[in-house]
Amino acid sequence: MNDIAIRAENLGKRYNLGRSASREADPDFWALQDVSFEVESGQVIGVIGNNGAGKSTLLKVLSRITDPTAGRVEIKGRVGALLEVGTGFHPELSGRENIYLNGVIIGMKRSDIRKKFAEIVEFAGVENFLDTPVKRYSSGMYMRLAFSVAAHLDPDILIIDEVLAVGDAAFQKKCLGKLRDVATQAKRTVLFVSHNLQAVQALCDRTMHLEHGRIKAFGDTRTVVGRYLETTSTALTGLQQWTHDAPGNADIRLESIEVKSNDSSNGIYSSSQNLSVEFGFWAAAELPGLRVGFELATTTGVAVFSTWQNKPGQDGFLKAHSGKNQWRCTIPAGLLNAGTYLVVPQIAIGQDPWIVNGGATVGFEMVLDHGVSAYWNSLDANSRPGLVAPILDWTMIPGPALLDTAARNTAVNRTADLAVTP
Amino acid sequence: MSTVSHNFSSPVITIKPSAGWLGLNLSEVWSRRELLYFLTWREVKVRYKQTLLGAAWALLQPLFTMVIFSLFFGRLAKMPSDGIPYPVFAFTALVPWIFFSNGLTQSSNSLVNNSQLITKIYFPRLLVPTAAVLGGAIDFLLAFGLLLMMILWYGVGIHATIVWIPLFVLLAFISSLGAGLWLAALNVEYRDVRHTVPFLVQMWMFGTPIAYPSSLLHEPWHTLYALNPMVGVVEGFRWAILGSQTRPDNLLLVSSAIAIFTLVTGAYFFRRTEKRFADLI
Repeated sequence: MNDIAIRAENLGKRYNLGRSASREADPDFWALQDVSFEVESGQVIGVIGNNGAGKSTLLKVLSRITDPTAGRVEIKGRVGALLEVGTGFHPELSGRENIYLNGVIIGMKRSDIRKKFAEIVEFAGVENFLDTPVKRYSSGMYMRLAFSVAAHLDPDILIIDEVLAVGDAAFQKKCLGKLRDVATQAKRTVLFVSHNLQAVQALCDRTMHLEHGRIKAFGDTRTVVGRYLETTSTALTGLQQWTHDAPGNADIRLESIEVKSNDSSNGIYSSSQNLSVEFGFWAAAELPGLRVGFELATTTGVAVFSTWQNKPGQDGFLKAHSGKNQWRCTIPAGLLNAGTYLVVPQIAIGQDPWIVNGGATVGFEMVLDHGVSAYWNSLDANSRPGLVAPILDWTMIPGPALLDTAARNTAVNRTADLAVTP
Repeated sequence: MSTVSHNFSSPVITIKPSAGWLGLNLSEVWSRRELLYFLTWREVKVRYKQTLLGAAWALLQPLFTMVIFSLFFGRLAKMPSDGIPYPVFAFTALVPWIFFSNGLTQSSNSLVNNSQLITKIYFPRLLVPTAAVLGGAIDFLLAFGLLLMMILWYGVGIHATIVWIPLFVLLAFISSLGAGLWLAALNVEYRDVRHTVPFLVQMWMFGTPIAYPSSLLHEPWHTLYALNPMVGVVEGFRWAILGSQTRPDNLLLVSSAIAIFTLVTGAYFFRRTEKRFADLI
C-alpha cells in the first residue's frame, strides 16, 4: 500500500453574499461541502464537473490560496500549484527575466532555474527572442514560454487547472506528453482539473466528479467520465439555453445551442438530413480573433471532430458584432453514425486560454438512415462500426489499372510455371 | 491557516480554517527570500520602463519639489532653516521623505495591483508590500548621491555623524512599511484606500518638518510632534548630515517607538486579514 499524499476530511468552503462572485439569492453559498477523499502518492487524479461545481475552489484550498471554512487537509510533500500559466509574467520584462521571475514565484529556487534554463528555453522554442520583452511575443509564444517554466517545476504534488488549454494543437500534445512524463516517470502525485475529458482519460488513474460542491463520484476514470457524460448532457434534447450562469465571461456569453434538422423529433435526428448546430451568443464588442466552435464527442468522451467558424485558409470567416449573434454550422447529411453525440462548445480569443471549453454540453441522438441498400438497411447502431458513417466515393479505376492487374497476374502465373517446371 | 512541519523525508502541511490572530510566520517569509528579491527586482526594473527620462525621474521628483519649496518657503516666506542654505535644508528632508511616501503609496496599492498573483498562487503575502517599499531603495540611493553633491556645492561640509544615516533609513523603512501594511490590507476590502492615500501623503508631508524646521515648535509639543515617525527620520537626517543641532534624542525615541508599534500591529492585522485576500480582492 502506498503512502497517502493528500487526505481531505469534510472540507467546506463558504462564500458570503456580495463579497465574491457568488450566487445571487443565497446569502451563504457553499462552494465546497463535505468533501472527503484520499489520494495515494504517485497517483494521477482527474477532477471534472460542470462550471461552478467547485473544482477551482477545491484547487484553491489545496494550494493554500484561500482558507477552507470547515474541515481539514493533510498534504505530504512539496506542493506546486499551477492555476494558470504565466503567473507573475510582466509584459515589460524580457523572456529571460520572466523565466526567472515566474520560476521563483511558482516556487523554484534560482539555482534550479539556472540549471534547467536551457531545457526550458528549448521546450518553449523561444531561443531567438530571449531578450525581447514578452509583450512583443505572439500569444502562442507567450503561452509556450509560460507553460515551459511551469512544466519544469518539480514538486512532489502537482496541482494543475486547465493549463493544457493553451497554444496550438501540436503544443497541446507536447504539453500532454510532458505531463504524462511527470506523472509516470517521475512518480509524482498529480491533481488535474480539466474540461478536456480526453486528456483526463489519457492521463488519470482515478477521477473525481464534483457537483454542486460535493463529490458525486470518485473512482476509476472510465466509469466516472462515462457516467458524468450521461448525466450532464441535459437529457439529450438537442437544445440548451442559458438564462443565468451562462458559460462565458464579461466579453462573451453563450445564450443557446440548438441542434436542428428538417426531420427531427425530441432530440432524435436522422442521418440522411443536413444537421445544423446553431450558436446563440452575446458579445460585448467585435472581439477580433474570436473563435467559436465545438467538439463533437461521443458519450465516452472520444472526439469525433472539432470545428470553428474561422477555419484556417478561409478568408472572410464569420466575425461577431456587438450584441446578440446567431451562427450556424452545418453538418452534412450522410456523415454521422447512429448513436448519441455531444456538442461541446468551445470559445476562445486568438490563442488565449479557453473562455468556454465544455462544462455545458448539448446531446442528441442520431438514427442511421442514409446509405440504406439491399445489403445493409438495418438502423441498428452496430450495422456500421465506426465513429462516423460517411458516404464515400468508390469508383472503378479504368484502363491502365486493369491492364496492370492483368500483367501482374500473368507474371504470377509465370513464376508459378517456373516453380513447377524443374 | 496552514502549518508546516518538517521531518526528514517530506514536509506535512495541514490546511484548516483559521481563527483569530495568527503568528507572523517569519520563518516562512525567510524561506522565500529569493521571491522577495525577485519581487523587489521586478519593482525596480519595471518602474521606469518605457519612460523617456528613465531613472532620471528618481532625481527630478525631489529636485523640483526642492526648487518650489526654495522659491515659495525659502525666498518668499523667508522660512528659517537652522542657519543652513534653504535648498540644502529642504533637500536633506525630501530625500528620506520621498523614499517614505513612495514606499507608502506603492505598498498600499501593492496587493490590489498584484491581485493576479494573490488569486493564483500561494506565498507569504507579507512579501508583496515589503517588496513595494524596498523597490524605492535604488531611487533613494540616487537621490542621496545628489544630496551629497549639493552639500559639497554649497560648501556645507559633511560630518562624521553621517555614519548614522543607515539607522534613519531603517526607521523610514519601518514607518513606511508599517503604515503600508495597514493600508494594503484595508485596500483589499475597501478600495476607498486607493483614493485616500494621495491625500493622506500630502497631509502627512505638511505634518513633517520638510519645508520648515521642527524648532518652530516648543515643548511639550515638540516631543509629541515626533508621534509622526517621519519627524524623527527627517530631524535625524538633518542632524547626521548637516550637523546643525544636537542629536534629537527625544524625537528619535518617540518616533522609533511609534514606528515599531505601527509595523508590529500592521503585520498582525495583515496576517489576520490575509486569509480572505484571495476571496475579496
